[in-house]
Amino acid sequence: MSEPILRAEHLGITFGGLKAVSDFNITIGKGELVGLIGPNGAGKTTVFNLLTGVYKPTEGEFWLDGQPMSGKKTHQVVRAGIARTFQNIRLFKQMTVEENVLVAFNESFSYGVGGAIFRTPRFWRQEHEMHAKAIELLKIFGLDGLAATQAENLPYGQQRKLEIARALATGMKLLLLDEPAAGMNPTETEDLLECITIIRKRFGIAILLIEHDMSLVMNVCERINVLDYGRVIASGTPEEIANNPQVIAAYLGSDDDAEDDAGDGNDGERE
Amino acid sequence: MLVCETGTATLYIKSIMMTACIAIIMTTSLNLTIGVLGQLTLGCCGFQAIGAYTAALLSKLLVANGVVMDDTVRFLLVTIIGGVVACIFGILVGIPALRLRGDYLAIITLGFGEIIRVIIQNLKFAGGAGLDKGQAGQALIGIDRLANLYVVFWITVVTVVVLFMFGRSKYGRAVKAIRDDEIAASASGLNTTYLKVMVFAISAFFAGIAGGIFAQYIGSLTPAMSGWLYSINYVIMVVFGGMGSITGSIVSAIGLTVLPELLRAFAEYRMLVYSVALVLVMIFRPQGIFGSWEFSLPKLINRIFYPKRQSNDGNPDNADSKGQTEKTRTGVAQRTAQKEAAVGVAHSDASLAKPVLKASTQGEEVQ
Repeated sequence: MSEPILRAEHLGITFGGLKAVSDFNITIGKGELVGLIGPNGAGKTTVFNLLTGVYKPTEGEFWLDGQPMSGKKTHQVVRAGIARTFQNIRLFKQMTVEENVLVAFNESFSYGVGGAIFRTPRFWRQEHEMHAKAIELLKIFGLDGLAATQAENLPYGQQRKLEIARALATGMKLLLLDEPAAGMNPTETEDLLECITIIRKRFGIAILLIEHDMSLVMNVCERINVLDYGRVIASGTPEEIANNPQVIAAYLGSDDDAEDDAGDGNDGERE
Repeated sequence: MLVCETGTATLYIKSIMMTACIAIIMTTSLNLTIGVLGQLTLGCCGFQAIGAYTAALLSKLLVANGVVMDDTVRFLLVTIIGGVVACIFGILVGIPALRLRGDYLAIITLGFGEIIRVIIQNLKFAGGAGLDKGQAGQALIGIDRLANLYVVFWITVVTVVVLFMFGRSKYGRAVKAIRDDEIAASASGLNTTYLKVMVFAISAFFAGIAGGIFAQYIGSLTPAMSGWLYSINYVIMVVFGGMGSITGSIVSAIGLTVLPELLRAFAEYRMLVYSVALVLVMIFRPQGIFGSWEFSLPKLINRIFYPKRQSNDGNPDNADSKGQTEKTRTGVAQRTAQKEAAVGVAHSDASLAKPVLKASTQGEEVQ
């Protein structure tokens, strides 16, 4: 197997005395779709924040395409090729749909402040190219007709799609989706599923997906990692996960689970 | 401009026009920080003072050393150097200050303005009493009054054009993105710190230019010009005109310069009427006179000649580059989108309970 897109080894972070994530290991190959599930407060979003440079890991390291990424700033990580969406949608609300995507193109176009002020031919060429690429990208999500709409006026499902489109515009290799189906109705979820399939086919990117909607996770993910109290408690194919007693215990609780926790001081509290 | 050249304008009108030009430069550049970047700064007059004192002292220095040059050239040279020095201070202050935001940034920049005032007060070569004396300084007087309304008018035009072009480029979009959501902006690959400092520096540069003009128009400077009261005056102009709108900044800069003059007839009630006008605008148009609306010639022409197609005004940038058929299509799509939006609200209502629960468990994490 060639070098994986993402490799994380013993990744961990401590806030004060609280170990939010510890010994997190993951490898994601090219074009793979991996799920990350776990109960609320298990540290899933913290993992995303670690992988995108929002938090600096206090232990462990991770590599993107063989390049060390730990300790880099968010924009550096994004430029290297890890893009994400957010659990609570974060769009540029007062900008148009097209502008939202254009912002993410910014780094791939090189004209400078001088070019912008003097409106050089290079400025026009690049602006037109950006515009064309943005519309092309929006077409995939069926948002091209809404390019001039203000982002906050989009319906919820389309805001989600726009967020994914914006992430794609950064030209990344690995996409982190943080609960993309949260708050969606079944039709919208299905729509989203279709989108994910299309972008995987079209861009050949790897995806790491956090999701609570089990039917979605079980359907699309090739492998699943289960996180609880900041640790990976299981990983494997959807079938393996569905039948794993530890996973069932983490989600539903079990009698001996309570005793285990009592003996383990570090993990006694959730975030 | 015409009235000036034909000589029909009195000195009084000219002085108002000059003050308005300085206010336009200050307001449009401050608008970039407050309106477009969304960071409240109260130190703009600190940069103005730096520019003013640099230009004044440099002008004096040139004369003292017997450098002979054309008045306009000298005016432009010292004004621009004043701007550059203010810009350097902008970068120096911006790097630490922009780590903070909101009220904290406002307080830091407020403090910066006061620091500049106190420093100037104590600099001997700037007319101060000297650091050892510790008393209030005097005015710096005898600056050559080289500011010519014609030149200043064109500097104002260039400022507005530069700021407008900057706003309508990838940089403008990036800065607006930071205003809307800084975390999402950095997750889109923007170096937010760099961009914020750049905006701060550009603002400071033009504030310095305005200061240089001011110094060479009035002919004397006092350290008090760097105080926060003056800064707030410009902040009021930005808010009054509409945050993020250059058009609004220009109109309110002119309006709020001219208004107190027009109200001279009311004698002592003058400032009262001025304040009431401000309060009324803030009550009835809290987003400012123009909101974020921007004047655009192509749009105006479209409105006059194609009044029916105006239902879909959304993105002014593309208004002229798109074909008409595409325009109408966008209009239809938007209308459907509005219908869908209404349905979408119903959907998200049902799922409200879930995110609320989550938010309470996940603390300060970025979600």
